[in-house]
Amino acid sequence: MIPELGHFALILALVLSLVQAIVPLVGARRNSMALMAVGRPAAQGQFFFIVFSYVCLTWAFVTSDFSVQLAASNSHSATPIMYKITGVWGNHEGSLLLWAMSLSLWTVAVTVFSRHLPDAFLARVLGVLGMVSAGFISFTLVTSNPFERLLPAVADGRDLNPLLQDPGMIIHPPLLYMGYVGFSVAFAFAIAALMSGRLDAAWARWSRPWTTVAWVFLTAGIAVGSGWAYYELGWGGWWFWDPVENASFMPWLLGTALIHSLAVTEKRGAFRSWTVLLAIGAFSLSLLGTFLVRSGVITSVHAFATDPKRGLYILALLVIVIGFSLLLYALRAPRLAGGGSFSFVSRETSLLGNNVLLTVASASVLLGTLYPLFLDALNLGKISVGPPYFEAVFVPLMTPVVVLMMFGPFLRWKDDDLVAAARKVAPAFIASALIGFAVAWAVDHVTWRTVLGLFLAAWVVLASIQLLVGRLKERAGASAGSRLRSITASWWGMWLAHLGVGVFIIGVTLVGSLDQNLDVKMKEGQRAELAGYTFLFRGAVDADGPNYDAARGIIELSRDGRVLDTLTPEKRLYRAQGMPMTEASLDIGVFRDVYVSLGEQLPDGAWIVSLYYKPFISWIWMGCVLMGLGGLCAAADRRYRRLAAREAAAGAGQRVAASA
Amino acid sequence: MKAKFLVPLLLFFGLAGFLAFGLTLNPREVPSPLIDKPAPDFTLARLDEPAQTFSLKEMQGEVWLLNVWASWCVACREEHPLLVRMAEQKIVPVVGLNYKEVRGDGAINARGMAIEAETDMAIERARRWLRDHGNPYLLSVLDIDGRVGIDFGVYGVPETFLIDRSGRIRYKHIGPITPDALQNVLIPKIEELRRAG
Amino acid sequence: MKARSKRLMLVGGGVALLVAAVALVLSAFQQNLVFFHTPTEIAEGKAPTGKTFRVGGMVEEGSIAREPDGVTVRFAITDTAKVIPVTYKGTLPDLFKEGKGAVVQGKLENGVFRATEVLAKHDENYMPPEAAHAVEQAQKAATTLSQ
Repeated sequence: MIPELGHFALILALVLSLVQAIVPLVGARRNSMALMAVGRPAAQGQFFFIVFSYVCLTWAFVTSDFSVQLAASNSHSATPIMYKITGVWGNHEGSLLLWAMSLSLWTVAVTVFSRHLPDAFLARVLGVLGMVSAGFISFTLVTSNPFERLLPAVADGRDLNPLLQDPGMIIHPPLLYMGYVGFSVAFAFAIAALMSGRLDAAWARWSRPWTTVAWVFLTAGIAVGSGWAYYELGWGGWWFWDPVENASFMPWLLGTALIHSLAVTEKRGAFRSWTVLLAIGAFSLSLLGTFLVRSGVITSVHAFATDPKRGLYILALLVIVIGFSLLLYALRAPRLAGGGSFSFVSRETSLLGNNVLLTVASASVLLGTLYPLFLDALNLGKISVGPPYFEAVFVPLMTPVVVLMMFGPFLRWKDDDLVAAARKVAPAFIASALIGFAVAWAVDHVTWRTVLGLFLAAWVVLASIQLLVGRLKERAGASAGSRLRSITASWWGMWLAHLGVGVFIIGVTLVGSLDQNLDVKMKEGQRAELAGYTFLFRGAVDADGPNYDAARGIIELSRDGRVLDTLTPEKRLYRAQGMPMTEASLDIGVFRDVYVSLGEQLPDGAWIVSLYYKPFISWIWMGCVLMGLGGLCAAADRRYRRLAAREAAAGAGQRVAASA
Repeated sequence: MKAKFLVPLLLFFGLAGFLAFGLTLNPREVPSPLIDKPAPDFTLARLDEPAQTFSLKEMQGEVWLLNVWASWCVACREEHPLLVRMAEQKIVPVVGLNYKEVRGDGAINARGMAIEAETDMAIERARRWLRDHGNPYLLSVLDIDGRVGIDFGVYGVPETFLIDRSGRIRYKHIGPITPDALQNVLIPKIEELRRAG
Repeated sequence: MKARSKRLMLVGGGVALLVAAVALVLSAFQQNLVFFHTPTEIAEGKAPTGKTFRVGGMVEEGSIAREPDGVTVRFAITDTAKVIPVTYKGTLPDLFKEGKGAVVQGKLENGVFRATEVLAKHDENYMPPEAAHAVEQAQKAATTLSQ
């Protein structure tokens, strides 16, 4: 009964999404307040029904109702409760429902936090979001009904894919989806603005906090996903340039460009048509990511759910949504020319340069991801594009981005003197180059990549310090406290996020140049050495879990005779799926991780053990955390709320005047 | 000047065209080189009566399915209820090819095992599985070492071959049979072959 | 006139940047594509020596053997027509098994494929598409010959 209620609620949500898609848009066209006012309750009602539907599905998983097909194929009575709950989205149908739920959550957030927006504009935004929502809910209902019954019910389920039974996977998909889907708000704002023909600084200011928050979610989601791959896939890699990872990275790159472009549009009124295009592009790449992951067009290690018919539906959705928005863009964008002019040496130019580079980077990822498909489609043979390509592209593309990223904030808007600005940053720049070389020499690893990475990291850190000091000096005479307070939250956001990039580069560079790895055959009582650490294998014991059998290796980690930790990597066999799994064990530190995973057991009783030494790897994720915090700071800037309050007051005044 | 704003749209349509084309390359429908060729002949021990053998000739004059299965195969469990239902409704006779029952199972180290012991184990496991899940097969045969599977070009389990009255393979379904594939592909093809005589 | 030359500089700079970036992407592309060959193609000498490429097929039954160090593995990849011996040092993926599909990446040296990477799909019944492709090609060739 409960699954049927869930199904019914989802149908009601679809009906409400159609209402939300049509009525407010008609209202905006006819200038009818009554019709426009329908958007808000429709969006909120739709959210209620989707959440209800989602809870019903979760109920089927938690109570192990194996008459529901989805629960039968993705859960098991012995699955731990946490993974019963997360099993709901560990599959195609459930993850679509999660997609729809995130979209609905964002829409409700728009109805709650955008009371100050002009009614017609809000109506258009809700209309666009309603259309996207209707597309996805109908996709779920038509091609992938999560409430499908399996009659007669099976005695027990097939269990969730063991790879997904991990704490990282509990938060990774919701964060990633909130990020992906969050760009729909920026998209809806852009389309609404194109429809109304009003693309001004106010529009950019309304979009900015939404875009930034979505970007923070996406950053966090990607970082958690990379952390999951690092310790769950069992061989210590943190990024594989896998098509599914690329699918989330492409919108991140364009989203980053969009955030910066919006800043210019708000402050200077420039780049308007470019900003709109980026808003459409970021969301389009999110949709494309969904398409790539869900259609099976590209087979990758992540493609757990593939079905060509579903692919066709998503492709149709993609063509309608993106096709219409780009058509609208082609019709309306020519009117948007103009805006603040600026000279060759100005902050605008530096931001434009980075925008172009980030877009090219995003396109190069798209090319690398889709090229094998193109060749296959044209019957020109099978190829694969691996990490070497992406590394060869990213190092040269990102180097100028990082240099400009720290140079731009020293430049004035509109026009600046190149020589004066260069003189300002020259000491830090030269010092960074020296530091980069010196550190690489000190760790005895002088390759051009290491030197370059360390130079860029030092440049980010030194320039950040110089920027902060310069900012504090601006108000000479004031007390230190009031000087600090005078800095806005969005400035701190920019500063932190850029510093995060530096920390990230340190991690990537050092783990890339200094990591060590040893695969070794070990018998009980045997020792192995790696990077100054001693690993003593104390044998393997049985360690069966609720839904798997496992052998657990006991490895004592010591350095200079001092025992640091006991590592317990496991080799598991999940009973329901008969699937083997490697569970690594880590000794995590600020400056290095020691990582151990268990291979197979040999006939003579010895085990193959893989040992890894990963210096500074946690800095990669610390950098991501700083970027995320920076984004939150920027989105929390008081300015948005103050202006919102003012606009709301003005709007109310207008309404009163209109009704009088 | 205005044309440049159309560039993103045109680029996108090009991309969408490729994606649409990519979708037609269905990874599940690998065209088998054996289609419309006589099925490779084989003689294998029967699961119910291991002393007796079964060969293709016995099905001469029938339109039938050869379904490749194993007790270790997870996807087989998924399609099995459908096969049972098909048997109840007497849609088409299905012969089971039990494929590498023991050595195909990743959980068992079958290397060095005597072929007799492996056969006994396979019979025991396969029979238990059919007892537990129902037996939809006219009969099953044992392909212990997977030789026949290779002749048929099996590269995953389950797979299902549709064989006509003259013993030619007419269609190959890769992966578990879905209700959809049964209704829209297999049954129409079976009926067509029956009509064709 | 001044505004115009400024604009020209900006556009020129942007175009130069774009051209450089595109050139970079394309050259990286040229150098880093990894081609795929079937065991039959290798046996026919169609695969390059000294260049990294991928081979797909099934791991031949009974072919997995370990050297005394325990971490160097020898096995053979077959597309049911031809067999290619492979050596690999390191841990094998969880789902790597005899009789199952696998794809290996590495270089061909004196008729032996020295793998640097071994891939198996995260699903127990199906092969990586490249491996399936290799087997299918070999069978197609076999049936063409027998006709």
